[in-house]
Amino acid sequence: MTDRLVPVEPQEAGTTISTRAVDADVGGTAAALTEAPAKKRLGWFFWVCAAWIALVILTAIFAGLLPLKDPLYQDYSALNQGPSGAHLLGTDDLGRDIFSRVIYGARVSLVIGFGAILIGLAIGGTLGIMSGYLRGKFDTITNSASYVFLAYPAIVAIIAIVAFWGNAWWQITLILGVAASPILYRVVRASTLSYSTKEFVMSARALGATNWRILTKEILPNVLPAIASFSLIGVATVIVLEGSLAFLGLSVQPPTPSWGNMINEGRTELTTDPWLVLFPALAIFFFLLALNFVGDRLRQHFDVTVGRL
Amino acid sequence: MAKYITKRFVALVVILFFISLGTFFLVHILPGDPTVTILGPNDNAQNRAILLHQLGLNKPLWDQYLIWIGHVLSGDLGQSYVTHQAVTSVIAEAFPIDIELIIISQLIAFPVAIVLALFAARRPNKTFDKVATTTTFAGLALPPFIVAPLMVIAFSIHFHVFPGPASYVPISQNFWTNIDSMLLPSIVLAIGSIVIYYRLLRNDLIATLQEEFITMARSKGMTDRRVLLKHAFRPSSISLLASAGINIASLITGAFVVEFLLQLPGLGYELVNAINQRDYLVVQGIVLVVAVAVVVLNFIVDFFFSVVDPRIARD
Repeated sequence: MTDRLVPVEPQEAGTTISTRAVDADVGGTAAALTEAPAKKRLGWFFWVCAAWIALVILTAIFAGLLPLKDPLYQDYSALNQGPSGAHLLGTDDLGRDIFSRVIYGARVSLVIGFGAILIGLAIGGTLGIMSGYLRGKFDTITNSASYVFLAYPAIVAIIAIVAFWGNAWWQITLILGVAASPILYRVVRASTLSYSTKEFVMSARALGATNWRILTKEILPNVLPAIASFSLIGVATVIVLEGSLAFLGLSVQPPTPSWGNMINEGRTELTTDPWLVLFPALAIFFFLLALNFVGDRLRQHFDVTVGRL
Repeated sequence: MAKYITKRFVALVVILFFISLGTFFLVHILPGDPTVTILGPNDNAQNRAILLHQLGLNKPLWDQYLIWIGHVLSGDLGQSYVTHQAVTSVIAEAFPIDIELIIISQLIAFPVAIVLALFAARRPNKTFDKVATTTTFAGLALPPFIVAPLMVIAFSIHFHVFPGPASYVPISQNFWTNIDSMLLPSIVLAIGSIVIYYRLLRNDLIATLQEEFITMARSKGMTDRRVLLKHAFRPSSISLLASAGINIASLITGAFVVEFLLQLPGLGYELVNAINQRDYLVVQGIVLVVAVAVVVLNFIVDFFFSVVDPRIARD
């Protein structure tokens, strides 16, 4: 049977680059030290953040059922209004309700953020678990390929492909998903490697279990928690990338609201109506903060080596 | 050592090859006839023929690549179809701005991050450490496209500390006005770097401070300050500098964002403009140059650290 408490071994020497890159991405697990390593409790702030994430996801999904104004409806009798009872967060230069646009805008970030990471996991995760388990030539080739991909400055490639290929939401999701797959590959591979030599895997093999059974029943359940927590931080990174693209006017095009393109549209009116930028900026900030915190805390929770630091 | 460097060099060449291949095939993702897409439907047949020849689009794919890479290696990236300026000269004008931006931002980020991390690591879990660590954690959720507009609201619109958008002055014209116009974008860029460097260095320092040679130094009666600076900071500084190499990717994203917002005519600004005007050869040229620059820079950083710290080359 699987043992979820088996610690994740320190990653092998060859993966230093990936761990460094991961640290640089998410700023490492500095919070580890502020926690007592012996007792692992998630803490109240973790649950606040988790609830916030759930709330944002639910309102984005059910936005159509909520008593919200149409995010595209242009009310010319109420242009550039500050926050009020009628418009909770005010209106933009076309009289559109900002509160409703922020909620509908979450859809773009969420779909692209989670979608891209799912695509990344489907490509990078599958290859990673195979390469960590099968080793040999397959591992050598995919491993080297991942280094080549990681060396390429992702943002430049992403901007270029978006420019040449297109910026529909599914194209952005696909591009960011492919861009995320090498790093996910490295994380999955490293943690698979550490499990594939464990006693319970060897005994399963001795009992005559097939490769497929060992991968799905023995290794996958153990690798999953660490990957899930890393993926949350990955979602945050993708949302930042999408936001940067949107800010440059290269992501999903207006009038569809997204947090990034709302900031982009509002930036021309910074002097007169700063809330046009402020509210979508706050939406991104709190959502990223919650994702980072939940991801970081879960990683500590599942990763015993960090506690030993 | 020599073996390690040879290996890295071979990897560099392979990566450069794939970069050139990738950038070359960008043009082939274009739907329909690329000459129509690049030049627009109204351009004349002569220009179209020139472009067809430049891109070699009537030859087999492999020959096209060889022709293109031959042009690139002889310093010809084609020309802009909007301004008819050579792509290389567009890049030569814009690139120094990015370099200046990144250098100034790092000159700000390193001292700030190091001082913060030293103070925090000296007394972990005390007030200063907690405040700094929590603030930087929040800072992770503040990408440049959020920080930049907010900084503009605060510092150039409200308090008039820095000049607003579109106030760029070339360094050749007036050194101090140039620095003045570069400060705000550099600070925006620096914030992200400070967060990353601080968190890395603080963790590294605290881990090092638990090593036995630190206890040894302390038991010899060394002062806290001396232990921190001479024994703990020195080994950590190498990994800090190495992390700067990896940070370069997020610096580029940040640079593109602030250039776009503040209308600094750097590579990011030119790139977005070129995309909006469908000036594909400029896009292709900038992508190629930035990708190559980043990869070569990382190679140099790697090479440098394998000399400074021979342990890196050992495995």
